[in-house]
Amino acid sequence: MLHIYDALFKQDDVKHILVRHEQAAVHAADAYSRSSQRVGVALVTSGPGVTNTVTGIATAYMDSIPMVVLTGQVPTQYIGQDAFQECDTVGITRPCVKHNFLVKDVKDLALTIKKAFHIASTGRPGPVVVDIPKDITAQMCEFEYPKTIQMRSYNPVVKGHLGQIKKAVQMLQEAKRPIIYTGGGVILSDAADKLTQLARQLNFPVTNTLMGLGGYPATDPQFVGMLGMHGTFEANNAMHYADVILAIGARFDDRVIGNPEHFGGEKRRVIHIDIDPSSISKRVKVDVPIVGNVADVIDEMLKLMDSGFKPDPEVADWWKQIDDWRGRKSLAYRQSNHIMPQFVVEKLYEVTGGDAFVTSDVGQHQMFAAQYYKFDKPRRWINSGGLGTMGVGLPYGMGVLMANPDAQVACVTGEGSIQMCIQEMSTCKQYGLPVKIINLNNGMLGMVRQWQEMFYSKRYSQSYVTSLPDFVKLAEAYGHVGMRIEKPEDVEPALRKAFTEHKDDLVFMDFIIDPGANVFPMVAAGKGLTEMILAEDI
Amino acid sequence: MRHIISILIENEAGALSRVAGLFSARGYNIESLTVAPTEDPSLSRMTILTRGSDEVLEQITKQLNKLVDVVKVVDLSEAAHVERELMLIKVRATGKDREEMKRMSDIFRGRIIDVTESTYVIELTGSSAKLDSFIAGLDAGLILETVRTGVCGIGRGDRILKV
Repeated sequence: MLHIYDALFKQDDVKHILVRHEQAAVHAADAYSRSSQRVGVALVTSGPGVTNTVTGIATAYMDSIPMVVLTGQVPTQYIGQDAFQECDTVGITRPCVKHNFLVKDVKDLALTIKKAFHIASTGRPGPVVVDIPKDITAQMCEFEYPKTIQMRSYNPVVKGHLGQIKKAVQMLQEAKRPIIYTGGGVILSDAADKLTQLARQLNFPVTNTLMGLGGYPATDPQFVGMLGMHGTFEANNAMHYADVILAIGARFDDRVIGNPEHFGGEKRRVIHIDIDPSSISKRVKVDVPIVGNVADVIDEMLKLMDSGFKPDPEVADWWKQIDDWRGRKSLAYRQSNHIMPQFVVEKLYEVTGGDAFVTSDVGQHQMFAAQYYKFDKPRRWINSGGLGTMGVGLPYGMGVLMANPDAQVACVTGEGSIQMCIQEMSTCKQYGLPVKIINLNNGMLGMVRQWQEMFYSKRYSQSYVTSLPDFVKLAEAYGHVGMRIEKPEDVEPALRKAFTEHKDDLVFMDFIIDPGANVFPMVAAGKGLTEMILAEDI
Repeated sequence: MRHIISILIENEAGALSRVAGLFSARGYNIESLTVAPTEDPSLSRMTILTRGSDEVLEQITKQLNKLVDVVKVVDLSEAAHVERELMLIKVRATGKDREEMKRMSDIFRGRIIDVTESTYVIELTGSSAKLDSFIAGLDAGLILETVRTGVCGIGRGDRILKV
């Protein structure tokens, strides 16, 4: 890597951020991608540098995030000799990348980098690793960067099959209890505006997966909320009892449909638009598969519908049913003398005008952020949905700020997750990255505790965190602003102060929350979508 | 159901482990796998014998197609095809068994390709079932060693797997 660093030293085009841990470098590059339309890049050294990236690469892979990771490797002649800081990078990363390369000849380097960006950013996006031995970085050759690239083995489909799209429109016209169910594919395909146009024209209810939030405006009356394990009562019921599901860029995963047998118990027809054929009919049998880029397919649907689309009059009854379900107010939460975490997120929404980039870690706080921060725009909700990686929140905040330097960025986290990459507060100081850390501190690994409370007879095995650091002092030790907030009435003023007076500072807000707060509604593992536990049941 | 999947894949380092890794990561089984370069040395052809329901096979072919190095995938067993496997089997050939071994080899149209005072190496080509029956027809105590290539196959007539 030293030759590459020497080259970096001699130029101004590429901006380098020196993080404190390779895992954070990859998470930051990942969030750079998630929060923009560009491909994030991380550069790490060989051996342990590479092994530290694996969590970050797997995180990006599960959520289909385009990213290029350049890794150092020992000189070509040492490969396979157990050299100092050698590891089988291509072997270790193979199961969690879209593709990877080992460059064995400097003449292949430019073409390989071109291929890496091409593969990462087209089709179903994903991370690509390019492993570069040290001797290759020292050699010289004529630099020719190809303008375009053709690969006989890699030609992702873009346009959907017109016949299938016609069938889909016909099916939507016949639907009496329709739902539009969309996921991360809408965001990745930059199709949020088109989806909104389509949904308005259809006047069908819309639900988003955790990864799909922001793909449809959450404040729109047609939005019924997130679905799945912690989805709203109305979203889960509408999904379950729909007679036609229009699935767009989503994959019916286990956290979304609950028990597949229970889900399969209801008769319905499914239209599925996805760029990845292997996502179709993987977990749920699909009647009208449409393989193609979500934005292009929606375009075609809109064109077809221009020639006159009349929804079934019975859809009006369906809306009445949905409003009935909405009447349950499944996101209402109990009052407390302590700070309720839901309340913090609601206030965060108000104070930031609903326009912040919100990163999160994994656990109860993640679900609270997803449920109570109403995302109206795509690429604003940045979290690890598939792999569920604790520790991403702070480096995600860094990546968002690198792509969107003037944005308001809040990292909604917990005292468990934040400690997994907390060293990056140092990087934030060095590069002036004013992430607002919203630490929902209940002294517990909250989601673990919630499951133990509900399903393990309150045996709180290893979910209680004693010996927490004084986060205020810790933030100050890194040169940042720390706040400890213990009373509900102090929540809003503290947030306002952080986002105005301390606009340009990293502020660590340690909210001491009600330790008993749980996430509802909840579909327990193995249960069906409609078998929800609601807050009022407890 | 038994399926024979043929794959054309870029002949590059690590291509085999991408395919093998995919099968183990997703819990698909491989009964046999053969691989060698084609007449175009930049391409390898792989033949995988696997078992699974229609849904599993659909996923296997889709997941294989998703591998960036894979150029083409075809399920040979979906239509008319021929398949062959090669076996080399070393047997004890002494006394009255020597004549019996020769006779068995002839019946199965095998060829004896190595002879010592006490052993034969028999080369046998055919469907996997034929090789199985040859083994079953021998006295197990006389088999010293077997090695099989795994199945390879090709579509009949106009079915051609090419770039």
